[in-house]
Amino acid sequence: MTGTERARDAGANIGYRQIGRPLIRTDAPGKAVGKTPYAGDYTMPGMLHAKVVRSPLASARLERLDVVAARALPGVVCVLTAADLPDRLAPTDIPGQTGQARLKTDQQILVRERVRYHGEPVALIADESRDIAERAAGLVEADYAPLPGVFDPEEALKPGAPIVQGEDNVVAEHRIRKGDVAAGMAEADLVIENTFRTQFIEHAFLEPEVGLAWVDENEVINIRVSTQVIEHFRGIADAVGVPHNKIRIRGALVGGGFGGKEDVTVETYLALLALRTGRPVRLEYTREDSFLGHGKRHPFKMTYRTGVTRYGRITALEVDMIADAGAYVFLSPYVLLYAVVAAPGPYRIDNLKVDARAVATNNMFTSAFRGFGGAQACIAYEQQMDEVAKAIGMDRIAFRRRNYLRTGDPISTGYPIQSAVWTEDCVDRAIEALGAPTPAASPVRIGRGVAAYQQSYGRLTFLHDTSEAWVGVEVDGTVIVRSGVTDIGAGQTSALGQIAVEILGVTLDQVVIYNSDSAVTPLAGTTTATRALYMTGNAVHMAAGAIRERFAARAAEAFGVEAREIEMADNRVFVAGRPELEMSFVDLVTLCAADGVHRSELAIFRAPFSDKLDPETGQGQAHPDYTYGAHAVEVAVDIETGEVTVLKSVGAHDVGQAINPAAVEGQIEGGAAQGQGYALSEEMVYREGELVTPSFSEYLIPTAMDVPQIKSIILESRSGIGPFGAKGIGEPALTPVAPAIANAVADAIGARVHDLPITPEKIVNAIAAAREKEEG
Amino acid sequence: MPKEKNVTLTVNGRQVTARLPSHRTLLEALRDLGFVDVKRGCEKGDCGACAVLVDGVAIDSCLTLAASVEGRAITTVAGLGDRDAPHPLQDAFAASGAVQCGYCTPGLIVAAQSLLNRTPEPTDDDIRLALSGNLCRCTGYAKIFDAVRAAARALRDGGDAR
Repeated sequence: MTGTERARDAGANIGYRQIGRPLIRTDAPGKAVGKTPYAGDYTMPGMLHAKVVRSPLASARLERLDVVAARALPGVVCVLTAADLPDRLAPTDIPGQTGQARLKTDQQILVRERVRYHGEPVALIADESRDIAERAAGLVEADYAPLPGVFDPEEALKPGAPIVQGEDNVVAEHRIRKGDVAAGMAEADLVIENTFRTQFIEHAFLEPEVGLAWVDENEVINIRVSTQVIEHFRGIADAVGVPHNKIRIRGALVGGGFGGKEDVTVETYLALLALRTGRPVRLEYTREDSFLGHGKRHPFKMTYRTGVTRYGRITALEVDMIADAGAYVFLSPYVLLYAVVAAPGPYRIDNLKVDARAVATNNMFTSAFRGFGGAQACIAYEQQMDEVAKAIGMDRIAFRRRNYLRTGDPISTGYPIQSAVWTEDCVDRAIEALGAPTPAASPVRIGRGVAAYQQSYGRLTFLHDTSEAWVGVEVDGTVIVRSGVTDIGAGQTSALGQIAVEILGVTLDQVVIYNSDSAVTPLAGTTTATRALYMTGNAVHMAAGAIRERFAARAAEAFGVEAREIEMADNRVFVAGRPELEMSFVDLVTLCAADGVHRSELAIFRAPFSDKLDPETGQGQAHPDYTYGAHAVEVAVDIETGEVTVLKSVGAHDVGQAINPAAVEGQIEGGAAQGQGYALSEEMVYREGELVTPSFSEYLIPTAMDVPQIKSIILESRSGIGPFGAKGIGEPALTPVAPAIANAVADAIGARVHDLPITPEKIVNAIAAAREKEEG
Repeated sequence: MPKEKNVTLTVNGRQVTARLPSHRTLLEALRDLGFVDVKRGCEKGDCGACAVLVDGVAIDSCLTLAASVEGRAITTVAGLGDRDAPHPLQDAFAASGAVQCGYCTPGLIVAAQSLLNRTPEPTDDDIRLALSGNLCRCTGYAKIFDAVRAAARALRDGGDAR
């Protein structure tokens, strides 16, 4: 039942040959036959095997670290501790590709004295054989003195709370002051307040972190690694103490990222060990290492206070957010800013006050995860919309319709939306696609929920983001695309190929794409923030367009017509309506080659640049643009056991222009499954900072048994600022799913569970509490 | 040092002999022997990324000792077909958009083949159950179901999975 529907087919007469079609992705056949090498599949002669020794405590002083016995074990080549490292720090802020100043958030590479979270690395070991690593790790003697830790962000804000690092525990603060909230509240007939909480979430990509490093003949440290961001080479160089051009990151096709491979993972450890030993070193995380080793999704506590008239007009909104940043800063300031910008959702709220803080604790540090704060905000604002509608006795959809942002309206930051806002169409179509309600008998109740959203694509505009791509045409007519973009599984590279061949008028089998090498592919920035297609797609569009222009001029000369009359499609060059004026693309390339026409182009695309938001009011431009859409679900809830079954799941999104509709559906379906886990089953549990869910036996992501058939509805406004009017869909696909499920469960049981995940136990308790209240 | 012995494995129709410690898992042995199309995901039997066929039945190679499958036919995803002559499941996975990051794909194709060996006309419930031990974080399983249905049809009809 996976279906693609095109709505408002504004461009029905647009004659695209390659984009807009569900072509087989260029990377798919190799993966299906097991031919594609991932970062972990590379080995080198004389390679060492590395292991990270981690702290078993979350808050402690490392009093003694003795690695003499470990070093003495036959086969152990190198053991590094903080004492062996120069006094350097590892940058954890966004990579410095944009030239913007980094926040002062660098952290220790290995524990020198103070342990701040469970799993923090204390030593690195490199062995001749993998079998020795475990034993060597067991021989590392460490004495820890436990220190009082703080594990709840609200506790961490209280006077006298243990300080995790620096002067206080506030890692970041953002606010919005817009309109007159007091006047708006005074105008309201009713003020509704609710508090919603979300949990720590693990990315659970299937490929654990892995890399292989070696020092080459130019003394360049090469690192073949599974990463979303090859441009960490700068920060890694700073951490290791070498010039930036002495680190080369060679990516590979990535076995899943979702933000979890956005920060540096194994790279710095590999660089240090390769440099110290002079030998190739491989480091592969176990699943437990992976769960302990990379940042999680921020838990948020979000209090919403909405003023509303009895006719359903929102007059004011006050929001307070607290996010758990964990032990180190990483991307918390940015995640928090995304949540603040997203706070009112896709609704026009002129009187708005938002206060948000990210707070340090001795929990695992938190950082990027698909949705990046916007997802957490959606969980709050869409549950709140249902609660407000209920309080004023209005239909949930009618209430939303009364308040939707419309095209051209100012968003929370006062910045007017430039592209189309089709929230209403998306919501209506998603609900319509649920069809007739599924019949059910007691004790099972059916419920339905919907959530709309606003999610940015492209990075914060004050970062001044750029992306480069190179396109070239060989003399036999084949096409090469080179770009540093990493492919994390969503078809990032294949889409670039589709764009290049659309413009050059050739077919997708004619293109080869080289990507993710920080030394030889033009730097494209990160594959994060739903930016790869938008940014690098535009760069490829520009590069291919420049070549096309030169080729068209040469063809016009050959045909004796104007260049604008030249068309290129399906490996042919022709003039419409003049069958005698036609040649193959290869023949044109031959003509161009003979004349020395430049057959390649390097292009740079620049996102809109802005200043930072006003720190007092939060007003200004935050992002290049936004995607709008909705997700609707139907659930069955057994009110005796609390068990939830998702019966129907429909995503409807305006993606601007689908470059590859099958890939867009893949994003929507994958987002639906991830969002289902977020809502119902997934939680990284830390007890006094200690991870107690270190495997897939405890951390439950949805399986084939759990996920229903998912329906994707693709709308195309062609109004986005990506190539061909595309918007982004990577993060947006996830964002509305969990709140839609939360709303469906509340609809089914007539009570709300305010804290995710919505487990059977919480459901049964909520039903019991609601009954008690009714019975008074 | 742990005890070692010569182990002869039959992988994708080829016999390979290696000197292995007795505790070496089939996953480690296969990857060390160059069969890196078998993926390591959790080493605890939770995720299914390392699944291979042993005499036509999918097993988690991370939970199997290499020495215990001597003399039995081991098939990895690369043993089912290649770019020139893909297996209908491989063809269907690529054509249906069932491959995203692709890291779970080898295990899923192997699990699907194990199902189709026993049940050539699987119902959706059959497919759901057969794939329930294979985690995928990218696709939501929707197009994987499409692919298995298409491949089952193709295998029955001797036709094209597309």
